[in-house]
Parts: sequence; C-alpha cells; structure tokens
Amino acid sequence: MAPRSIVIGMLAFLLAAAVAPALPTWLVSLATVAFANALVVLGLVILWRAGLVPFGQALYYAVGAYSVALITRYSGVRDVLAMLAAAAALSGLVGYLTGFLLARYREIFFSMLSLALSMILYGVLVKTETLGSTDGFHVDSPTYFGAAPQGGMRLLVLFWLVLACCSLSALLVSLYFRSVAGALAIPARDSEIRLEFLGVSVNRLIHLNLVIAATLAGIGGALAAIAVEHVDPDMSYWTTSGGFVFVTILAGAGSVAAAFVGSLLFELLKSIAYDVLPGTWQIFLGAVLLLTILFLPGGIGSLFMRRRRPEPAS
Amino acid sequence: MSHHPLRRMIGHASGLLLVLAACDAQAQQPVPAPVKIGFVTFTSGPAAASFGIPDRNASEILVENLNAGKVPAPYNQIGLGGAKIEPKFVDEAGSAADQVTQYRNLVERDHVDVVVGYVSSGNCLAITPVAEELKELTVLDICGTPRIFEEKPRHYVFRVNPHATMDNVAAARYVLTKMKTISVYSGINQNYAWGQDSWRDFRLAMKDLDPKATVDQALFPKLFSGEYGAEISTLLTSKSQIIHSSFFDGDLEAFIYQSAARGLPQRVPLVLTTGETSVWRLGAKLPDGTIIGERGPHSFLAHDSELNTWFRKTYVDRFSEPPTYPAYDLAQSLLGLKSAWEKAQAKKGGARPTTEEVIAAFEGIEFKTPSTTVRMALANGHQGITDTAYGTYKFDKTENKPTLVDIMRFPAECVNPPPGVDSVAWLEGGMKGAKCD
Repeated sequence: MAPRSIVIGMLAFLLAAAVAPALPTWLVSLATVAFANALVVLGLVILWRAGLVPFGQALYYAVGAYSVALITRYSGVRDVLAMLAAAAALSGLVGYLTGFLLARYREIFFSMLSLALSMILYGVLVKTETLGSTDGFHVDSPTYFGAAPQGGMRLLVLFWLVLACCSLSALLVSLYFRSVAGALAIPARDSEIRLEFLGVSVNRLIHLNLVIAATLAGIGGALAAIAVEHVDPDMSYWTTSGGFVFVTILAGAGSVAAAFVGSLLFELLKSIAYDVLPGTWQIFLGAVLLLTILFLPGGIGSLFMRRRRPEPAS
Repeated sequence: MSHHPLRRMIGHASGLLLVLAACDAQAQQPVPAPVKIGFVTFTSGPAAASFGIPDRNASEILVENLNAGKVPAPYNQIGLGGAKIEPKFVDEAGSAADQVTQYRNLVERDHVDVVVGYVSSGNCLAITPVAEELKELTVLDICGTPRIFEEKPRHYVFRVNPHATMDNVAAARYVLTKMKTISVYSGINQNYAWGQDSWRDFRLAMKDLDPKATVDQALFPKLFSGEYGAEISTLLTSKSQIIHSSFFDGDLEAFIYQSAARGLPQRVPLVLTTGETSVWRLGAKLPDGTIIGERGPHSFLAHDSELNTWFRKTYVDRFSEPPTYPAYDLAQSLLGLKSAWEKAQAKKGGARPTTEEVIAAFEGIEFKTPSTTVRMALANGHQGITDTAYGTYKFDKTENKPTLVDIMRFPAECVNPPPGVDSVAWLEGGMKGAKCD
C-alpha cells in the first residue's frame, strides 16, 4: 500500500535521526531551524499546487512562535507536546478565520491580502511594549515528557522532536495529496469553472488547504521559537514570508521531500554565504535564486522527478 | 609523466617551502597561539552606514595596531597579552534565528575564543542565552537595552558600553539645566523598541526632575519611513519648548532635512540623543542650537588623552573621516577585553588565561578608553558605566566643521541606576541614589 517514495522518505528521516549524535552541534542546530522552517514550506507547497502563492505565511509562523513564547512567559506549562498542540490549534484557528476572506481571492490579490494580514500582526506586536516590541523576548526551554535536557543533549532531543514532527507531517501530507481532496488542487488551479461544474466547491477546497498550511506554519514557528529561544516581530514581517517563498522556489513545489531538502540547502547556503561573503551574502543568495529559476524552473524537486520518469520505459 | 617539468618544479618549490616553513617555525618559536575573535556588526542593511561601518573600521585599525604593538600605553602590549588577534567578521543583518545560527557557527565551527559585537538590541537579547549555554565569553557592543542583565544575571556575557537609560536621563538633566524650566515638550521617536524605550526613559526622567512639565505630542512614526510631513505639521502647531528624538541614521537625516526646510528646529530646539552619528554628513544643514548627545563622552565630548589623539589620528588617516561614537564603542569593548585578559594573564604569571579566569578579571574592572574611564559597576560587574556629556550644536563657518558648545558633563552615578536596581524602577522611584556633584 505504502508507495516507495514514502518508505524512502521515512528511512531518510530515521537516518538523519541516527547520525545526529555524530554531527557537530552547529550543524544539528542549523538543521533544526531548517527543518522547522521546512514545515512552513510544506504548507506553501500545498497552496502552490492550487496555484496560490502567499506572501504572508509568516503570520501563522509568528502565531505559532508567539503562542509557545507566551506560554513560557505567562504560564507554568513547560511540556513540549502541550505547547506544540496549543501552537498548532491557535495557528489553525487563525488560518480558519482568515480563510473565510482569503479563500475568495486568487493570484496576486490573494498574495497581497495574505501579506496585509501578516503585516497587521507585525504592527500589533511592534506596538506591544510589554512584549519587548521589536526586540522580542526570550523563550524558556520546554521539558520533554518531564525531562529537561541541557546543553548538547537539549539540541539533540529537540532535533529528534523536529524530525518526528517533520516525518509525521510529511507522511500525512503525502497521504493527503493521494486523497481525492488533495488531488483536486491541481484541477482547481487549471480550471475552477470545470471543477465547480463537477459539483466541487473550490472555495471550500482552498479554505481546507489554507487551514492545513496555517497549522503546519504554526508548528514550524513553534519549533523555531524553541530552537532559537527567542521570538521577535520580525517573524511575522513580509521578508520572512518572502524567505519561505524563496525556499519553495528553490525546492520546487513538485514533491514533499523537496521542501525538506530545499530548506536544509537554503540554510546551508546562507551559512556558507555569511562565512565567505560577509556584507554581500545577499548577492550570493540572489544569484542562487536566479540560477534556479533560469536552469531549474521546477526547483530541486524536479531533479528527482526527471530521474524517476525514464525508469518504467527501460 | 612523472618527469613533466611542471611537476618537477612544483616538487622543488614545495620542498623549498617546507624548509622555509621549518626555519620560520624555529625562528618564531615563542610566539603564542593567536586569540580568535569573532566581530559581529551590520555590514549590510539600513544600520550599516552609521553604525556597522564605523564599528568595523574601528575593529580593523585596532586589531592591526594591537597586533603590531603600536597602540599607546597602557595598551602597548601585542594583541591580547602578547598573543595576536585573529579577527573573523560576520554580518549582523538577517533574522534573530540567522544570528543565533551564525553565533553557533562562530563558536562551534570556527572555534573563536571571544565574540565581540552586536548593534541591535533584539540580537543581543537573542544571543545572550546562547552565549551562556555555550559558555562563550561574549562582549556585547553597541546595543542599548537594559534588559540584558536586568532579566537574569549573566556569567559569560559582558557589556562595556553603558545602556540607553543614561542617554535619556542625561538629556533631561541637560535640557532642564540649560532652559531652567520647561512647561511643555514633545517627542518624535521611531516605532520600535529603541524609540519606545528612549521616550519612556526621557519622559520618566523629566517627570522626576520637573513634575510640572507636560507632554504635548508623543509621536511614533514607522521605523525607516523617511517621510515626516504630517509629524512636522503636528509639531509646528505644538507649543512645545523642546522636541526629544532618538532617531538615527537615514531617519534622522531625513527628519532634519524636511523639518529644517519648514523652520521647525530653528524654532524649537531638538534634543537628539544619538545626533552625533550624523553631524559630519549634515554639516551646516543642522541648525545651531540643536542639543546633541553621543551615548557617552565620545568624539566631540571625549576627554583629552594621548590614547584619544592616537585613535582619532589613526582613524582619520585610514578612512578620511573622524570616528563617530560607534567606533568609540568598539574601542571600549575591545580595550575592556584586553584589560581583563591581561589582568588575568598577569595573575597567572604570564600564562594564557582560561575563559573563567578572564571572566573573573573582567568583573568590576576599571580601565581607560579613548573616550573616558569605564567601570564595570552594574550587574555584578558585567555592565559598564561611564560619565556622559551633552552639548549644543554650532556649525563653525570659518573652519567649515561642526562643533559642540555649552558642554555639560554628568558623572556616571548621576545618570545611571545604582547596582541592583532596574532602570525603569529607578526612574519611577524618582532616581534615588543619584550623585551628581
């Protein structure tokens, strides 16, 4: 029943979890942030299939991050799963509410409206002096089933948690893409009128996709906040959303795996660029994006796709 | 193939190099391993021009001259205690997550011994817990938020430069001494943490010093908005006697250009807490009578010393413009580290000190800088305080250069909270324990 790609994907996550203790800690921490962000990108891939490019996905990312941060600041709850559940529920709820508005728009209007909504949250956070305004505030470390690991172990446990969240999300999204509702995204992009004629409500379909993408972004933001141990309003700023769109282009919207590979590659590229070109690292990233669009319009994911296609013929 | 002439040449050359390297190693045997320092500051983005670049320039000339042993006494020892400094520069632009990742890379991949830097308060707040976790000696440089040490005591993090409360308390004291009484005043500050904190501190200090003074307008335009037509109109209709602003960089310059064209700063003196960073670019465009601060007694307000003369000359010779306060801030941070390092080394009989030993020596240390004398008096010896000064702007038309007149100096205890008291609590409690004589 389980297709080969899902099995390979799960094995890759297991392998990453197994080699983590042998990796240098800076790489583990980089991969933790990369995979946390990959969840947001995964949500973008879902919307991308339906022909939607949100420039405001950072809204849900920040909602997830701030939920975790506010829980550690104002309550005694430290259990990581409770925090993640709260972040997922809250960002999903925000996604559901904004969905009533956003699901009615397409193309650039959808992009701009999503951007506007994320900037409203940014404006509110900047105005909130009790939460440190633009400086943001510290996020205390959570406990993992009652244990509070320190130092290198904290990083490792968090990395495993992120991998667990990622593999679970990847599995569910893969299954969703194979379901009827998931499969309808592509025809919805191609011709809404035809789909409506067949008796499908495209708005409701897109609303569902929006809620899934928002929940994924919320979990991603929560994990990023725990990893970085700090939240600030920049997490909801449009450049953060732009970064996610960048990774989606780099990864390509073709496959679930590409979101994770692309996000890891993006963080690695950024890290190398900071190291080699201090002061002009943005040029490096821009060049990479340009080259990707010119020579790999389907993103990194298209490399796997191309290789897979000739197989049945041979 | 093995007789290819090029290969032979490479073979000879590498042999020669090996011999040379061996000789070199013999000749320089007692040279201690270098101290790797990661310098983090904005080399791109909006805060680069007025903060990041002077900061980086200062680190360049200081590292070069310290390594050559050319800095005047008491800093004439090579590098840090004889060990040369090996700098690694990192850009501060990017999100807090980027900065935390870069910080980990510096510590765990590049194995730097000390990190010196950070301009943004947000980045300082994000880095501090990571520094504690990685047990990495870190000297925060320009960021001004008092929250770093007020939220929690820190062991591995130091900040030599005083925090932002001092700037605004001194501004209030200067204004009230100079103008005798103020009944109405206004403020225009950027809508982000630095602007909000600056205004809060100034307002609280004014309330303590002159309870009758009232606020007319408290304006918070967007950060980096660059266009202030509506705000200037509002301020022109206000009866304010002074206007407080913690604007910096492009925003400050845009505000000056736009408001001077409409006669605002000529009518109501502006109090610019970070004004000094822009005076060289604004020149005669900045109206005389503007009250200028520079977050400490730095370039215009620095005490005369051989060290200051050397620093200014070396900086001007290299970059053909005078050092502004971010450059002085970096000098204070690096020389503080050097003082602590060498004190620890002397205590150890000349052997290279460990991080813990440098920390022990750093806590509470007092040292001279090109600007003044720094005392690590707050936060269990982790936060420095200095005296500070304010002045009134006057453009010298004959010499064609900016000057400050009516300079007033304030001792450190007059404008900083006493140890163990949070800044806001100190201001709200009426600045108890301030010693101004």
